[in-house]
Amino acid sequence: MTKQQANWSPYDNNGGTCVAIAGADYCVIAADTRMSSGYNILTRDYSKIIQLADKSVMASSGFQADVRALQKVLASRHLLYQHQHNKQMSCPAMAQLLSNTLYYKRFFPYYAFNVLGGLDNEGKGCVFTYDAVGSYERVGYSSQGSGSTLITPFLDNQLKSPSPLLLPAKDAVTPLSEAEAIDLVKTCFASATERDIYTGDKLEIIVLNASGIRQEYMELRKD
Amino acid sequence: MIREAMEMPPKGGFSFDLCKRNDMLVKKGLKEPSFLKTGTTIVGLIFKDGVILGADTRATEGPIVADKNCEKIHYMAPNIYCCGAGTAADTEAVTGTHNFCSLSRCNQHVPFYFICLFSANFILQWLFLDMVSSQLKLHRYHTGRESRVVTALSLLKSHLFSYQGYVSAALVLGGVDVTGPHLHTIYPHGSTDTLPFATMGSGSLAAMAVFESKYREGLTRDEGVKLVSEAICSGIFNDLGSGSNVDICVITQGEKEYLRNHMLPNPRTYISEKGYSFSKKTEVLRTKITPLREMVEVIEGGDAMEE
Repeated sequence: MTKQQANWSPYDNNGGTCVAIAGADYCVIAADTRMSSGYNILTRDYSKIIQLADKSVMASSGFQADVRALQKVLASRHLLYQHQHNKQMSCPAMAQLLSNTLYYKRFFPYYAFNVLGGLDNEGKGCVFTYDAVGSYERVGYSSQGSGSTLITPFLDNQLKSPSPLLLPAKDAVTPLSEAEAIDLVKTCFASATERDIYTGDKLEIIVLNASGIRQEYMELRKD
Repeated sequence: MIREAMEMPPKGGFSFDLCKRNDMLVKKGLKEPSFLKTGTTIVGLIFKDGVILGADTRATEGPIVADKNCEKIHYMAPNIYCCGAGTAADTEAVTGTHNFCSLSRCNQHVPFYFICLFSANFILQWLFLDMVSSQLKLHRYHTGRESRVVTALSLLKSHLFSYQGYVSAALVLGGVDVTGPHLHTIYPHGSTDTLPFATMGSGSLAAMAVFESKYREGLTRDEGVKLVSEAICSGIFNDLGSGSNVDICVITQGEKEYLRNHMLPNPRTYISEKGYSFSKKTEVLRTKITPLREMVEVIEGGDAMEE
């Protein structure tokens, strides 16, 4: 009897792309709403974005069943935190919690590629980017998912991310205005949709700033 | 993926170097990817006065769209056209103008070791339809008659059979000759079907669903074009391997109409008004100039070597 490899995988990739950009006093988080499996579209109207706390919003692409489970874990942990500390979790605290939650399942990971955006304790925009097992970093902008390879080089070019090798260390947030950042995000997704088959249908944009949270939608190509 | 495709054997043709290794991997339990349905929707139907062929215009390389507006309906003879899925779905290359843009036509999750087979596939494929259309032309000169669809069919199927399925072309062949309108499907291994309506490619199920619901015999030209457009649109919107625009070709007795980009249902949704500039260069972190040689002064009119 020849040795057999597993032909069943616990994971599936539902595709999709997420982007987040941090500004001086705002944060833009965006994701497309297409959920697919193989060559099929499962739904054109699935939100990959969730608001975890007052000032923290997470967008995740990858395997949506794992994403949903992760969201539930984080939501319940946040509720516990609120009961114990009588306040909302700050964005950097949520970032650490997400990292720990992901690493907890280091040997059977959540197939989720996350981008966490929000406002830090000083009210400045912050974006944290993760891999599937919880390695994270605070950055000025990030993209994850199937279209990330198309979007990241464009953002690198436009947002002048300072090289960590240059001294003195520069601030990670972009000098763009909120409207410019939204325009940039829309362009990114329109372009990624042209060339990535897993990105499309509709774009959901969340904007977080001092006055609260705002949601916007934009149509994308449906083919 | 592109890097792998560049490492083609220089002699051309097929490279069977990895067959032994592939066999070993299959024995270890690795599932070989199936190649039948590749990123495309192509259809054909017979209507009252002839044949209508339709195709989408997206060419993919894995999850990336390589060409947003390629041509999948290829010329065989003045009265015969052929839609190609799989490797055949490459663009102008097959009809004559050589296009080296995309060497890998495979659209599923193909492991790298299969890519070199496809690169070879592509070269042969590219010559393949071109070759058959040339053979048909010679045959026309020889016989002094208009080409028949069954002739093209026999040439295509015998060629594909002799390559035992390695030339991964799934074709929808249609035309009108003295014996009437004909529509055939040809599979990579060389088998054929003769049908009143047919679909091929990864979007074939989506398109066939439309045909099975709405097809009837004796459609008029406009009804036929509308039905073919609907079937292709179904593939475009519901299959991720197909997309962009609809190409149609209507063939009737003595006449053909090639409607390139008959429908454009996917315009770009957002164009920034202010535009973007790309002036930023790579950051220079450090500059160091090391002269490799000492500067030598050359003085004019120095002592020339004299005999």
